[in-house]
Amino acid sequence: MADIRNTFVGIKSPNPFWLASAPPTDKAYNVERAFKAGWGGVVWKTLGEEGPPVVNVNGPRYGAIWGADRRLLGLNNIELITDRDLQTNLREMKQVKMNWPDRALVASIMVPCEEESWKAILPLVEETGADGIELNFGCPHGMSERGMGSAVGQVPEYIEMVVRWCKQYTRMPVITKLTPNITDIRKPARAARAGGTDAVSLINTINSITGVDLDSFAPQPTIDGKGSHGGYCGPAVKPIAMNMVAEIARDPETHGLPISGIGGITTWRDAAEFMALGAGNVQVCTAAMTYGFKIVQEMIAGLENWMDEKGHASLSDIIGRATPNVTDWQYLNLNYVAKAHIDQDACIKCGRCHIACEDTSHQAITSMVDGLRHFEVIEAECVGCNLCVNVCPVEGCITMEPLAAGSVDQRTGKPVSPIYANWTTHPNNPMAKVAAE
Amino acid sequence: MATGHFIEGIAGGRLSVEQYADNFSDLHPPLDHHEALVEADRCYFCYDAPCMNACPTSIDIPMFIRQIATGNPLGSAKTIFDQNILGGMCARVCPTETLCEEVCVREVAEGKPVQIGRLQRYATDVAMDENKQFYKRSEPTGKTVAVVGAGPSGLAAAHRLARHGHDVTILEARPKAGGLNEYGIAAYKSVDDFAQAEVDYVTSIGGIDIQNGKALGRDFQLSDLIRNYDAVFLGMGLGGVNALRAEGEDADGVANAVEFIAELRQASDLSSLPVGRRVVVIGGGMTAIDAAVQSKLLGAEEVTICYRRGQEHMNASGFEQDLAAANGVTIRHWLQPKRVIAENGKVSAIELEYTAIDGDKLAGTGERLTLAADQVFKAIGQSFTPAALNGSVASIELEGGRIKVDAEGRTSLAKVWAGGDCIFGGDDLTVSAVAQGRDAAESIHRALTSNGRA
Repeated sequence: MADIRNTFVGIKSPNPFWLASAPPTDKAYNVERAFKAGWGGVVWKTLGEEGPPVVNVNGPRYGAIWGADRRLLGLNNIELITDRDLQTNLREMKQVKMNWPDRALVASIMVPCEEESWKAILPLVEETGADGIELNFGCPHGMSERGMGSAVGQVPEYIEMVVRWCKQYTRMPVITKLTPNITDIRKPARAARAGGTDAVSLINTINSITGVDLDSFAPQPTIDGKGSHGGYCGPAVKPIAMNMVAEIARDPETHGLPISGIGGITTWRDAAEFMALGAGNVQVCTAAMTYGFKIVQEMIAGLENWMDEKGHASLSDIIGRATPNVTDWQYLNLNYVAKAHIDQDACIKCGRCHIACEDTSHQAITSMVDGLRHFEVIEAECVGCNLCVNVCPVEGCITMEPLAAGSVDQRTGKPVSPIYANWTTHPNNPMAKVAAE
Repeated sequence: MATGHFIEGIAGGRLSVEQYADNFSDLHPPLDHHEALVEADRCYFCYDAPCMNACPTSIDIPMFIRQIATGNPLGSAKTIFDQNILGGMCARVCPTETLCEEVCVREVAEGKPVQIGRLQRYATDVAMDENKQFYKRSEPTGKTVAVVGAGPSGLAAAHRLARHGHDVTILEARPKAGGLNEYGIAAYKSVDDFAQAEVDYVTSIGGIDIQNGKALGRDFQLSDLIRNYDAVFLGMGLGGVNALRAEGEDADGVANAVEFIAELRQASDLSSLPVGRRVVVIGGGMTAIDAAVQSKLLGAEEVTICYRRGQEHMNASGFEQDLAAANGVTIRHWLQPKRVIAENGKVSAIELEYTAIDGDKLAGTGERLTLAADQVFKAIGQSFTPAALNGSVASIELEGGRIKVDAEGRTSLAKVWAGGDCIFGGDDLTVSAVAQGRDAAESIHRALTSNGRA
């Protein structure tokens, strides 16, 4: 049986599935339920500094987009950090950690960008027995207007400064949570490393408006006729998050920096993909908010079964395995040629491949052959774009088949070269590096 | 004394009031809003969609389904009505399992087609419930058109003609408009007086005058119409019922299935409608199924359909056959009626002969079977009665016993078009009648306006 015990920046948990800092981790009641369900760890909902608690809106705090049958694809929220008293949270954290010593308990923190504020809260958190802290530099709404959250995460210098304070004032491992609302995710990650962070976690939520009420002309979620951008999360953001994880994992300046992967993780497979791209563990929120805490049982069993099936003994066998395969476009092999192939037995003749190719691509799929409705790839036109595969409603019906080296590509009339060659040496590239004579 | 199912002979009141109401409720209850969205989402929006090509009225099915999915049911209804103004009834009565849904790629792929008929009903219900009218009449052309018969083809023709600005008079023999939609369809397929609601919806475009109780050949002649109108559309359906050709078929208790179905549809109190304890229906089409199932639902104890050929030859769709079976109707094949046995002038049994294909002909094997029956329904097809056409004009050309028309619905007589069940080559479907009425109307319009220009 595969061993899925996880150690992340020295924090041990029985599995790599943590609940992210968010509404599900705001109270002992919820966290106790999560641990009972099997979650490996939680990042407690973000604590603010001592004083009058944060206030939240009392209207809708969430917006959503849905797929078929109202399957929740993307969620957006405008809830702020915990609105409970700091001491209450600290007391509960301490109790929960005592009750569940084998689970990870990390405190998320967001206080003003002043050294004194951080210096004040860190010992209080440390006293709870928490395993580590996560610096919330990500929340894009509300607190950012007060110079916290993503307002910090968008300025690498601030990140480095605050991380440095934290490393100075606590012995706890520091995880820096990054906002995706920036142009290049590598910059804040590098800053965090420069400040001495033990890890980064990403992504936090993305600035978003989920909808517009076309009767009142108000953005959603709507609070008394007005709306504000919220933070977008859920399955819809997973591709964006994975790219950012991979960018940090393969950046020479941050290579090796532990990453806690976050962003739309809903199933064991999502988790495995994040870990393959370099995440040392994962954090989940929207999936739990959609289905409840029990989903972790599917994640645990699914990950174990897959690892057993593939012969991966422990998480270290899979973490970062896909990272070396993430590269720049310029290094892709331009001599690799694939053609779409339609399995006629599986084809249900909906014609979507044809119309997609005919209207929007390369006119490489028939609709009629010998007077009969028939969809077939015209290899001489097919550029191997994969659009037909993506629009086909039948799984496995259309596949991309690589042409063997030496065989003739009917589109170009040229034989497929067995030699790897990329844009950097391509004759059409004015910047091509020409081999010295 | 025997009660309920067990009353001998033909009797009413076999069931409780609640049972009648339950038995004759909507066969396919309407989809609610969320169900419609989920079902609409199953549509793949196929290229050159097979469903659309299978629809006799060529409704753009992927488009109307997409409009439902995007929260635009009124737009969806218009897409339907553009091709088929009787889309509401067709949604209820079309044998979709042999038309659009049979060729749905999801039927091919997983044996579970998109429920096109129910989605069509969803969209058309939305529009009709709020009486949303999509069409305005063009400027009056001053031309007049007589339409014979207020059935599906006549109504479709009238609507299209009225849209083009012509003045239409519909002459209908029966007391109500609707034709077979009103008189010829099982009650559970058209509840809440839908046929009349649809007639009102269609005629509210204006310019359509329906005159009831006016039968061709009895109250007016074709020659009158040709003289008094700029064009004539014949859509009077089939007037005759084929005979059993069985000895003793005029016994009390032998009736035409179409009349039984009509009577049932018009009944204000189903419990007063008498039905036999043991009913035998002769035939293998939709009418046979409708009569048999409704007999069962009225409380008959035993209902048997006897069809002279095999299951694979039945005109009734597989769905209809299953419906009959699910309602406890027994379907027997390879049996033809020979003799109605009566006691005191009333049916007591029917004698049938087994049949087999002999070479390329159907023939009796000689072996006989007697089924007890106190009611026998004839559902072996209807026939066109050309006598009504024999007025003071040159007779109209027939083909296969029905009116011969060209691709546009023109008959052999100038100024006369025809469509629906009365023409040769039809398939006796509501939806085909609508297509023929609509297309004949376009042809009439072109003829009256020199190619569509008034």
